[in-house]
Amino acid sequence: MLNLGKSWCYEMSNNNIRHREKINYDKTFDCVQCGYCLPACPTYQTMEKETHSPRGRINLVKMYAEGKISAEDLQEPIEKCLGCQACTTICPTNVEYGRILEGAKTVLEEELPKTKKQNVVENVIFNKLFPSAKWMDWIGDASWFYQSSGMQILAQKLNLTSVAPLNLDQFEQVLPDLPSPVERRKRENHQKPAGVVKAKVAFFTGCIMDSIFFKTNKNSVDLLVESGAEVILPKAQTCCGALHAHSGKIGDAKELAKRNIETFEQEGVDYIVNNAGGCGAHLIEYHHLFDDEPEWQERAQAFVEKVRDISQVLVELDGLQFTNEVNEVITYQPSCHMTNVQKVIDPPYRLLKKLPGVTFNELEDPNFCCGSAGIYNILNYEDSMDVLEVKMDDVRQVKPKLVVTTNPGCLLQMNLGIKKDGMEDRMRAVHLVDLLVEAGAQGRL
Amino acid sequence: MSRNWQEAVKEVIDESRVLTDISDLYSYSFDASFGTFVPEAVIQVKAREEVVSVVKIANEYKVPVYPRGQATSLSGGSLPVHGGMVLDVTLWTDTLEVYHDDLVVVASPGVLTADINQAAEEHGLFYPPDPSSAHVSTIAGNLAENSGGPRGLKYGVTKDYVIGLEVVTPEGKVMNTGGRTIKNVTGYDLTKLIVGSEGTLGIITKVTLKLLPKPQATKTMMAVFDDIAEAGAAISQTLTSGILPSKMELMDQNCAISVENFQPFGLPTDAEAIILIELDGHPDVLEKEIQSVDEIVRGVGARYTVLAETNKEAANLWKARKMVSPAIAAVKPTKVSEDATVPRSKIPEMIHRLNDIKEKYEIELVVFGHAGDGNLHPNIMCDKRDQEEMMRVEEAVGEIFQAAIELGGTLSGEHGIGTLKAPFMEDEVGELGIEMLKKIKDSWDPNNIMNPGKIFAEPGQKLVLRDE
Repeated sequence: MLNLGKSWCYEMSNNNIRHREKINYDKTFDCVQCGYCLPACPTYQTMEKETHSPRGRINLVKMYAEGKISAEDLQEPIEKCLGCQACTTICPTNVEYGRILEGAKTVLEEELPKTKKQNVVENVIFNKLFPSAKWMDWIGDASWFYQSSGMQILAQKLNLTSVAPLNLDQFEQVLPDLPSPVERRKRENHQKPAGVVKAKVAFFTGCIMDSIFFKTNKNSVDLLVESGAEVILPKAQTCCGALHAHSGKIGDAKELAKRNIETFEQEGVDYIVNNAGGCGAHLIEYHHLFDDEPEWQERAQAFVEKVRDISQVLVELDGLQFTNEVNEVITYQPSCHMTNVQKVIDPPYRLLKKLPGVTFNELEDPNFCCGSAGIYNILNYEDSMDVLEVKMDDVRQVKPKLVVTTNPGCLLQMNLGIKKDGMEDRMRAVHLVDLLVEAGAQGRL
Repeated sequence: MSRNWQEAVKEVIDESRVLTDISDLYSYSFDASFGTFVPEAVIQVKAREEVVSVVKIANEYKVPVYPRGQATSLSGGSLPVHGGMVLDVTLWTDTLEVYHDDLVVVASPGVLTADINQAAEEHGLFYPPDPSSAHVSTIAGNLAENSGGPRGLKYGVTKDYVIGLEVVTPEGKVMNTGGRTIKNVTGYDLTKLIVGSEGTLGIITKVTLKLLPKPQATKTMMAVFDDIAEAGAAISQTLTSGILPSKMELMDQNCAISVENFQPFGLPTDAEAIILIELDGHPDVLEKEIQSVDEIVRGVGARYTVLAETNKEAANLWKARKMVSPAIAAVKPTKVSEDATVPRSKIPEMIHRLNDIKEKYEIELVVFGHAGDGNLHPNIMCDKRDQEEMMRVEEAVGEIFQAAIELGGTLSGEHGIGTLKAPFMEDEVGELGIEMLKKIKDSWDPNNIMNPGKIFAEPGQKLVLRDE
């Protein structure tokens, strides 16, 4: 066949070929380029070109591995992917897009020089903040102080926070009310139900969840106990490492995974329960991290088999009744990682159906990402807001009072969307777990 | 001409819609067929005037223009094989209007085919052509390739629904063909000439399609045959019984085995053929018709039949057909999907020939497709990285085309010729046929700027499914 486009090709670079295994070059051949992923991809819709579609990205990874394009050419299309994996759910040939994306991020992380500022920011986020229970606790406390002391209102009024980098000021406005440090430290690490123990579970607290969403974690544990579960909160657990893996920091991701596997395997529980769609999606893929370490892969496999989203466990235990009428129009924004990676789809709907007084209005396209996507909304603020705008168009049609989510990132993002719409007095986003508690969930006798 | 053509284009098109980054160019270098061809620019047009300006520049500078929808083509229709510019119409979706009283819909080129059908359904109407990519593909792409689909059996293909077009000619002039009437015999039928011309005669900028009243209900059944000849007889006896099903889809034994290996579905793996039949129409009539079809297929020797009682059961039967794609993809990664079509009476013979070809070249081949209209989809699963295997596949594909033509059939029922089938064109239409087609092409497009490299083979061109 003729190929007059050849003048555009780079010299086949040995360096790129060296990366073939790491970038999952072989897996790119599973893509038959049928294009069925195009309508499912949020960034293809908002960025309006094939370069930002799953099929386009897979092709670019292949072109990189064949030495036809450079790491710089690959960078933007990969960084602008939300990683929502809606494409993997729709794909008729089961392409492992998640692994191709993560492979590409790992290689880019190694290949591309970083600016100094980027290094500092990443160092703080990945090495200090997320893995450290102390830091996250401190952040929790600090934000509590910031909010309860009235500093927040003052800062907002004077617009002081708008100079903050990474648009953190936008998200600051939608942080939930936080419990006091005393409340935070009062939490018991081992709780038993009043009646028969139906299951023994370990609760994965997560780092963001356990700082900013401490109350949701507390509610989660309460619901599990009310449902008849004995709940353990292992102290040595750490950040799941999802954000590290999604940013190409595979070494760090492995270290965190090992610590969690070690910690949880000691507890001898039936399930390892989490309440954050993004964390759960990473926990359930721990075995992918250890392709080259068979012993760890086996241990990871055993861990993975026990990982459950809290909605699954609450449905399975079936031990709750609800005493408060909710009497609101609600809608549900599923977490992409819960739908497309964990494949947990029905349980949240089943729980919502049980709530008394609820009018449930389904979004037209619930599986379209909200644009939160881990820390995508911080790193790619403008692009994330374009995606959010599409989501809010859908939400506006449904006119809910409550937007239910199952992931902290989605929760903040949806609240940001509501605030941007000036709707915060009429609408709010709420974690499923918190809504169950508001509806007066208690153990059935 | 002091400035180059890219600069000239940027004077008439918003720069944000003129893509020239390496990552963008590579992202428009492929479609769902084979080969990577990097264009020199991608231009995302949104209006007729933009197309006029760009095509005039292309004609002046003699730069190839490659119209492109969502690039789901299986024949290479949108590949920019000679560089130049890709004209992307996917952002051009502003018009989608149903004229209920005329049973007509007017749409911009970038509107998705499924969206057209959805708009029609809101008026109790429907747009029958249903390529499996309808939820992805653009209407202009469907027109260019003259797409079909399962419903082709009863309702025909894309060309049977296009009654009017607005086209920008290769010289940058705006032409209207046909109109909004169902009957129109005024002059040569230029509308139908454009449909299926694969973008070689001009750029479609607006389409007028006729619609039909939406059937009130559908009914589905599955029939299992030990002998492929009996399946063939079942098809022809059904079609001559006075009942015209909306779909008759066939899966061969290799398909059933692949599906069962991939995800057990309860399909019989020892039967030679499975046929899925859908009837549509008034619910009362359907009850009687489905019973008649059941009697017919049992009469010619079906081992057993399954009649779907509910819509859910029907959906479940069709799911088995849908599973074929992922199931065969799990066998080997590269899929060569053909659409050679034979007269209906020749289906059993074609399937025997396909099995001979499978044995001869030691390839993984399954057959499924729209058996009711003779449009089979022999799919070969292979691995692009295995050069030796791909050479065998290339020879096998050549022989599949040969078999189709010998049985009085055609190279392509619905995928188009593109690059992949161009080398075989003359075998079907003959030397004079090619000459007449070329005369038309030359008079419409004197500078050969519109999608060059398609339909007509380059001197010495052969089927190549390997990279490089």
